[in-house]
Amino acid sequence: MANFTRRESLTLAGALAASAALPVVALADMTGTKAEAAELTKKFAAGKLPIKGSINLTLPEIAENGGIVPMTVSVGSPMTEASHVAEVLILAEANPYATIAKLTFTPMSGKAEATMRIRLAETQKVTVLAKLNDGTVFIEQKLVKVTTGGCG
Amino acid sequence: MDLNPRIKLPAEIQKGEVFVIKTLVTHPMENGRRKDADGSLIPRKIINLFTCKFNGQPVFEAKLDTAVSTNPYIEFYAKVAEAGTFAFAWTDDDGTVTMAEQKVTLKG
Repeated sequence: MANFTRRESLTLAGALAASAALPVVALADMTGTKAEAAELTKKFAAGKLPIKGSINLTLPEIAENGGIVPMTVSVGSPMTEASHVAEVLILAEANPYATIAKLTFTPMSGKAEATMRIRLAETQKVTVLAKLNDGTVFIEQKLVKVTTGGCG
Repeated sequence: MDLNPRIKLPAEIQKGEVFVIKTLVTHPMENGRRKDADGSLIPRKIINLFTCKFNGQPVFEAKLDTAVSTNPYIEFYAKVAEAGTFAFAWTDDDGTVTMAEQKVTLKG
């Protein structure tokens, strides 16, 4: 499959629409990552409906440099053998690819929290999904306004 | 490629205390979309996996994608009940694994 940049896709879409008088629908690459994120969310949730709660997602409101955006993900949990956060999936919606990172925690983590630096290509929402050992899935999202894009 | 892993964690910990571990490696995390001076694409080359084990048991793991910044900094937590060795490993797309270790002893 040819890899079109967003610009090329939009230009192509525009040209096609102009020539065939068709509405420009879903040709823009913009929707590709969102669709990928939706697919990954579905897979990760494995049938459970993601619910709000337990996740504390720290991201700057405005990122001056999209190439280095500090992010902390923290999920409230006793982190015992009986009840702990097993996996955390971090997704972008307007990067070249949806997956940012996938974290695995264990009771020996003590705390289901991690800090990293990520790349955001443009202003977008970052989505965090956290799955407990019993299958419960939590979801949280935060919008980051990116001044200078840092290609993901 | 020398990742030069830097690790910060307490040398002495209280049994059952939750403490932070900070890690940093040098790596360009090439996302495969950058062009060099000639205009050709620099191929993707990232650290795609980071693992932390304590005395052989998994503590924390991070699968990284191209959206992780250059020179990956990963900070996380651990809670252990005995003295021992933390083993860290970073895996590059090309299969190379860089490892580092740090020991902890128990207070009192």
